[in-house]
Amino acid sequence: MLSPLIVTTAVLNGLLNGAVYALVALGLTLIYGVLHIINFAHGALLSAALFAAFFAYRLLGVDPYLAVFLLAPVFFALGYALQRLIIGPAARGDDRNMLLVTLGLAVLIENALLYAFHADTRTIELAYAFKTIDFGFTFLAVPRLISFAAVLVVTLLLWLIMSFTDTGKAIRAVAKEKLGAELAGIDVAHIYAITFGLGTACVAIAACLLVPTYYVTPTAGNAFVLVAFTVVVLGGMGSVPGALIGGLVVGVVESLGGFLFGESLGQVSIFLIFIAVLLARPRGLFGAST
Amino acid sequence: MKGLSLIAAVATALAAVPLVVHSNVVLNFLVVALLIALAGQGWNILGGYGGQYSFGHAAFFGTGAYVTAVLQVRYGINAWLGFGAGIAAGAALGAGIGALVFRAGLRSSYFALVTLAFAEVLRILASVAPITGAGVGTLIKLDLRAQSFQFQSRAIFYLVALALVVASLVITQLLERSRFGIWLIAVRENEDAATAVGVDTMAVKLGAMVISAAVTAAAGCFYAQYFLFVDSGIAYGTWISIEALLTPIIGGVGTVFGPLVGALLVKALGEGARLVTGDAPGLDLMVYGVMLVLVIAFAPRGLVGALADVRDRLTGRITAARSAAREAARG
Amino acid sequence: MSEQRMPVSRRRFLAATALSAAAGLAMPAASRAQGAGVKLGLLHPVTGALSYSGQQGRIGATMAVAEINAAGGIKSLGGAKIEPVLGDAQSTPDGGTAEVEKMNSAAVACIVGGYASSICLAVSQAAARYELPYVVDVGVADSIVTRGLKNTFRLGPGFGVIATTALGNLVAINDAAGKPAKTVMIVHEDSLFGSGLAKLLNAQLPAKGFAILETISHPTPTRDFNNVVLKIKAQKPDLVVPANYYNEYVLLARTMLEQHVRPKGIYSVLGGAASSYKFVKEFPDAARYIMDCNHWFNPKNPKAIELKKKVEGNGQFFTYELYMNYSAVLLVADALERAASAERAKIIAALESSTFSGHVMPYGPTKFVNGQNQGAAPVNTQVLDNDIKVILPPDFADAKPVFPMPA
Repeated sequence: MLSPLIVTTAVLNGLLNGAVYALVALGLTLIYGVLHIINFAHGALLSAALFAAFFAYRLLGVDPYLAVFLLAPVFFALGYALQRLIIGPAARGDDRNMLLVTLGLAVLIENALLYAFHADTRTIELAYAFKTIDFGFTFLAVPRLISFAAVLVVTLLLWLIMSFTDTGKAIRAVAKEKLGAELAGIDVAHIYAITFGLGTACVAIAACLLVPTYYVTPTAGNAFVLVAFTVVVLGGMGSVPGALIGGLVVGVVESLGGFLFGESLGQVSIFLIFIAVLLARPRGLFGAST
Repeated sequence: MKGLSLIAAVATALAAVPLVVHSNVVLNFLVVALLIALAGQGWNILGGYGGQYSFGHAAFFGTGAYVTAVLQVRYGINAWLGFGAGIAAGAALGAGIGALVFRAGLRSSYFALVTLAFAEVLRILASVAPITGAGVGTLIKLDLRAQSFQFQSRAIFYLVALALVVASLVITQLLERSRFGIWLIAVRENEDAATAVGVDTMAVKLGAMVISAAVTAAAGCFYAQYFLFVDSGIAYGTWISIEALLTPIIGGVGTVFGPLVGALLVKALGEGARLVTGDAPGLDLMVYGVMLVLVIAFAPRGLVGALADVRDRLTGRITAARSAAREAARG
Repeated sequence: MSEQRMPVSRRRFLAATALSAAAGLAMPAASRAQGAGVKLGLLHPVTGALSYSGQQGRIGATMAVAEINAAGGIKSLGGAKIEPVLGDAQSTPDGGTAEVEKMNSAAVACIVGGYASSICLAVSQAAARYELPYVVDVGVADSIVTRGLKNTFRLGPGFGVIATTALGNLVAINDAAGKPAKTVMIVHEDSLFGSGLAKLLNAQLPAKGFAILETISHPTPTRDFNNVVLKIKAQKPDLVVPANYYNEYVLLARTMLEQHVRPKGIYSVLGGAASSYKFVKEFPDAARYIMDCNHWFNPKNPKAIELKKKVEGNGQFFTYELYMNYSAVLLVADALERAASAERAKIIAALESSTFSGHVMPYGPTKFVNGQNQGAAPVNTQVLDNDIKVILPPDFADAKPVFPMPA
C-alpha cells in the first residue's frame, strides 16, 4: 500500500494543506514576533473572515479569489482597530493580560457569529471548485493549487514589506528592541496596531482561499488555530519564511502521520512535534534566539 | 492564623447552606460552581502564585476523571480508592510535564502553549485508546450508595465538593504563608532575580505544578462521580482549561479566595446572562467574553484584588507607594 | 439556509407563566374549571457545538405542542393545554443536568429531548432521581436504556438495532444485485456514535461475507479528506461505509468526487449528510446514489407528508431531529390522555403500556420493553432523482435501490 506514488501523493497533499496552515500561521507569527503575545482570537477572526468571504460571494457576487482584494484591507482595518482600541488599552503592556484579552475576544467573536448567523453549515458552489488537474497518479484540486501559489505570493510580499519598507523596518525595530525604537521616535502603539492588522489581513486572505473548498460555521476557524500555533513554534516566532517552511513541514508531517497511524492518531504527530520543538529548540527553525 | 479562621468561617457558612436551601436547582448549580472553583484553585497555585499560566489544565482534570472512572469500570476498584488514585495520577502527570517543561526553561507564552499541547495530545489519545472506551467514553455504573461515592441527595455531593474546596483553600493559605510560598511568589515576580538570590526555582516551580495538578485532578475525579460519564471531549477539552484559568483571574489571581469567588461569580453571571438573553444562542457567551475583557481592563487582579485595592485605599496604607511605583514603571 | 427564530423565548415564557400564575391565584375556581395546563420540558442543545441539531429538535417539539393545543389539548384532562418549558442543554451533560433540575422545580410532568447520547445519559439519570419520565428524542447509545432506569423511554432505535438493520439491509441489497460487493472500507468519526458503530460493523460484517479492507477513524472536525480518499483510491473497496457528521461528510463526498473515486456503492450508516435534504440540495453531484441507513419518517404516512410540507413551507429543512422530536411529543401527549393525569408515576405507567401509532416514524405501534421501543428501526434511503427515497424495508419503501452505482 505504501508505494512511492502513494507516498508522493500524500506528501503533495501535505504541502497543499500546509500552505494554508502557513498563511494562518503567518498572521500569528507576526503578531507574536512584535507584540510578544499569542493571539487567541486568531481562530475566531478566521471564522469571521470565512463568513465575510461567504457573504461577499452570496450578497455581492464577488468571487472569493477577487474578494481577497476587498477583505484584506477591511480586515487589516479591523485588526488595527482591535489592537489600538481594545487589546492595547485593556492589557496595558502585560503579556499575560494580552493573552487573556485575546481569549475574551475569541469567545465574544465566535458567539457573536453564532448569534447572528446560527450554526447552520454554509458552503458556496463555484463552477471551478471541483475541477482537478490530472498529474497521472493523482488529481490535484484547482482551488488548492491556487491557494498554494497565493500563499507563496503573500509570503514573498510580506517578506518584502518587512525587509524594504520603512514600516517594515519600524516593525522589526519594535520587535527587536521596543524601548530603543520608542526613543528613536517610532510610535509603538501604532506599529503594534499595524502588525495586528497585517496578521488579521493574512487570516482574511486565508479565508478567501479556503471558502471554495471548505465550509463556514462560527467555529470553523478553530480547526486551524492549534495547527497554526505548531507552525509558529516550529518556524520560529516572528519569522516570515519560518511560517512558510514550518507550515509546509507540518502539513507533510500531518499527512504522513495520518497516513501511517490513522487520521485521529495522526493528529498527535503534530502536537508531538510541537512539544519536541518547544523543549529542544524553542526558537524554532528561523526564530531569533532570545 | 487570621487566614485560616477566615476559611473556617466561610466553610461553616457555606456548609450551612443545605440546611436553608432545599432547591435542587440551586444545589446543583452550587455543586458545579464548587467543582469549577476546585479546578481553579489548582490552577491558581501554579498560575496565580507561581506566575506560570497554564492553558492546558484539562490534562490534569481529565486524568483524574479517567483514572477514577476506568479503575471503577474496568478493574472494579472502589470509588474512593479510585478518587485517591486519580489525584495521585494527576500529581504524577504534573511532575512529569513539569520536569520536562521547566528543565527546558519554558516560560510565559511558550509555557502556555506547551501545556495546551499536552492537553491536546491526551485528548486525542483518549479518543482512540481502547482503555478509555475510545470515542464511546466511559460510563460509571449508577449505584447510589456512599461506598460507591454516589449519593441520592445532592446536598451530600455539595458537602463533599465543599470539603474539597475548603481543603484547597487551606492548602493555598498554608502555602501563601510558608517559605515555599514566598519562593514561589518570588519566582512569579522576577524569576531571574529569584535564582540570583539562591532560590531553587526549578524545584519550586515543579512543586507548585505537582500540587496544582493534584488539586485540579481532584476536581476531575469529582466530576466523574457526579456525572458518571467521561469522554475525551469532557475530560481533556479546552472548556475546562479555560474555566480553570478564567475563575481565578476574574476572582483574583494569587489570592486564597480568588478562584472560589470567581467561580461563583462567573457561573452566576452565566445564569444571569441566560435569563436576560433568553434562548438566543450565543448571546450569553458573548456576555462572558465581554466580561473577561472588562475584568482585565479594569481589574487585572480580579475581584478579590480589586476589593483589596479598595480596602487599602480606605485605610490609606500602600496607596502612595503603589502609585509611585506605577509612575516609575510608566516612565 | 434557514434561520428560524425561537418560537418561545424563556423571558416571554417566564412572563407568561408569571401572569398566568397570578391569574390562577386570583381566580382559583375558574382556572380549575378551564383545566390547568400540563408542563412539558423540552430539553435540547440549542447553544454550543450541537446547536443546529438542538434547534431543529426544538422546532419539531414545539410544532407538536402547538398542534396538540390547537386540537383542544389533553381531552382527558379537561382540555388542558401543554405548556412547554424550554431548556438549553448547552451541548454538555452538565448543561443538561442543570436544566433537568430547573424543569423539575418548575414541576414538569415529563421531559423530552437530549439529542446527544452523552447528554441523554446525564438527563435520564438526573430525571430518575425524581422519577420524572423522560423520552429520548434521538440519542442512540445502547447504554441509555440498559441501566435499569424506569423513567427513561426511547422512541427511536439504539446502536445495536441500527447496526444490525444496516447490515441486514446491506446484505439484502447486495444479494438482490447479484453480490457485486465483497470488500468494504469504513470511514467513521471518532466519538461515541462513529466508534461504536465501527466496532459493531467490524464484529458483524465478516460473518456476512464481507472483507473489511480498512477502518479509518477521523476526528471531528477534520480539515481535509484527501489522504482518506487516497487510501480509498489505493485499495479500491467495492463499498465505502461512512459514519460521520454533516460537515465531515460533505468534505469526504466532495473529495471523492474530485478524485474520481467511484466505488460500487456508498453505504452510509447514520450519515450526517447522506439523508439530508440540505446536502442533496447543495451538492447534487456528490449526493447522487448515496445510500444511508438512518432515522427517517414514514413516507407513506400522510401526516408526515403534511408536516414536511409545513416545515419546508417555513423555509426550514425537514431533518430527523425535527420529526423525531415531533413524534416523541405526540407520544407523551398520548400517554397523558391515557393516564388522564399529570402525575409522573401514572405517565410512566402509561408509557410502559403504550401502543401509540400516531407518530410519523416507520415503527408501527409503540411497545416499550425496559424503556426501548421494540419496533424502532432505521430505514434505508437512497438519493435518487435529486430526492431522498426510502428503499428498504418494503413496507415503507417508495423506490427500488439502484446498486451498484451507475458509472
